[in-house]
Amino acid sequence: MRQPGTHCVVLGVGNPDRGDDAAGRRVAQLLRKQHCGEVEIYELDGEPATLLARLEGARAAWIIDACRTGAATGTVHRLDVSVTPLRHACRGLSTHGMGLAEALELARALGQLPARCVVYAVEAGRFDAGAALSATVAESVAVVAARIRAEVLGITPHAERAAGA
Amino acid sequence: MARKTIKVDVLARVEGEGAFKVIVRDGVVESAQLNIFEPPRFFEAMLRGRDFAEAPDITARVCGICPVAYQMSAVHALEHALGVRVEGSLRALRRLLYCGEWIESHALHIYMLHAPDFLGYAGAIEMARDHADVVRRGLELKKTGNALMALLGGREIHPINVRVGGFYRTPQRRELLAFVDRLERARDAALETVRWVAQFDFPDQQRDYELVALRHDDEYPFNEGKIVSNRGLDIAASDYERQFEEIHLEHSTALHARIRGRGSYLVGPLARYNLNFDRLSPLAQQAAREARLGSTCTNPYQSIIVRAIEALYACDEALRIISAYEQPERAAEPLERCAGVGCAATEAPRGLLYHRYQLEADGSIAAARIVPPTSQNQASIEEDLKSFVGSWLELPEERLQQRCEQTVRNYDPCISCAAHFLRVELDRR
Repeated sequence: MRQPGTHCVVLGVGNPDRGDDAAGRRVAQLLRKQHCGEVEIYELDGEPATLLARLEGARAAWIIDACRTGAATGTVHRLDVSVTPLRHACRGLSTHGMGLAEALELARALGQLPARCVVYAVEAGRFDAGAALSATVAESVAVVAARIRAEVLGITPHAERAAGA
Repeated sequence: MARKTIKVDVLARVEGEGAFKVIVRDGVVESAQLNIFEPPRFFEAMLRGRDFAEAPDITARVCGICPVAYQMSAVHALEHALGVRVEGSLRALRRLLYCGEWIESHALHIYMLHAPDFLGYAGAIEMARDHADVVRRGLELKKTGNALMALLGGREIHPINVRVGGFYRTPQRRELLAFVDRLERARDAALETVRWVAQFDFPDQQRDYELVALRHDDEYPFNEGKIVSNRGLDIAASDYERQFEEIHLEHSTALHARIRGRGSYLVGPLARYNLNFDRLSPLAQQAAREARLGSTCTNPYQSIIVRAIEALYACDEALRIISAYEQPERAAEPLERCAGVGCAATEAPRGLLYHRYQLEADGSIAAARIVPPTSQNQASIEEDLKSFVGSWLELPEERLQQRCEQTVRNYDPCISCAAHFLRVELDRR
């Protein structure tokens, strides 16, 4: 078992077959193709126990999920949840009563929340079964991937070397 | 006239919407109504015209917490229609998959949804601040159930490996043996869970329910058995619709199930336990005795103990199945399309789940009927509220609301996850 607080994770949350709900997973897939250094990248369906397990022992985490707050489709919200809980309006759209916000607060209560924990929430437009991403959400996916990569490179020395920085 | 209305609406979930309302006049409970707007009705329409082979994957979407139950009732009913029996290792694997679902579903309900009611917390997050190790144990237990579902079903939510006639792929013996250590730890955690919940304070309330569950010749029921009750019911699943009916009540768009000529009944852990205590493993029976639970229990609040005993049984049974497992020669029995009607009932974590399918000669579904456990328990939930609220009227309003919610949560209804979003309206005159 590795030492706590030694690794970084990116968690893309969502359903791959429900339109813009796939945004988080698409960011994870994009980052996997790019060189991001020593960061572990996972795609998750949002099941809270699995999400908590992926956060355990990480020193930094970036979580990407779809949300609906009333803002324009494709709007990107960056929320530092290291200290402040997700505000209710920005909670992810989950098929379960216990979603991302609850899982993060449970991690905080259990002392399992990484010291640095950032949620990127992408404003979704549609959740139709089998639908592709909205064009604006697809653009946001690329933006979020670039921003997370920059953040990861900013704190992981190995990644900086790998990127030739 | 003193009038008190406890109105709880906004039971919002993706699976449906629900609400409850209790009206008290002059200290007497006048009415208790629970409204649940059941989505499975749409699934029944959605299934019409689809190929029978699609039913397990379509019905799995009814619920993200108990998809296996919907898959199992679907495959058994369709096999009944096609005249096929699945036996041996394939049958055992289905039981093993069901063990995974019971473990994860019961752990979720016990630790995340129900225990906070008994310990005076608003929810699991607040409880975790004071009882971190206990919550970690619950999460680990849930994860083991999920992992077992993923091992057999391909993934934990809406498994994709179940088909009519068997599976798409069966695991090798060594894959299951590699899971034994983890299951043994889960069994220890489940035993600790029984001991933990047995210490809670339980409201002293009992009701004389008609308890309905499957009963099998030599197994605690998951996939098959006769439908029996403590009042003499003993029928095959194919006779379900002759004995049970669903009726529409004015206050709800959901159908209420009842036994024809008798009325409400109760399905779920309490019913299974009372009707099948002798079918539990020795370890589960011993844990029940240590928890000072007899072979019968009609206090609905103690359903949390019964759920823990069932989670323990599911771990024990999973280990038994794995130790005897030999990989079958083929992953599924061959099927021939034909016209027919098939029915089956299996035991979802929340209780009896009935499916009926009518097939055309080309294997397409002409008609489908699904009766989920929450629909069957609605009348009992209302009657519990009506019976119990009267003795709590002196409680502070916040506590009174919490007691009502706790009473609904005894049933682990599909709406319970949303129960913390309840809004309560009190009207005193």
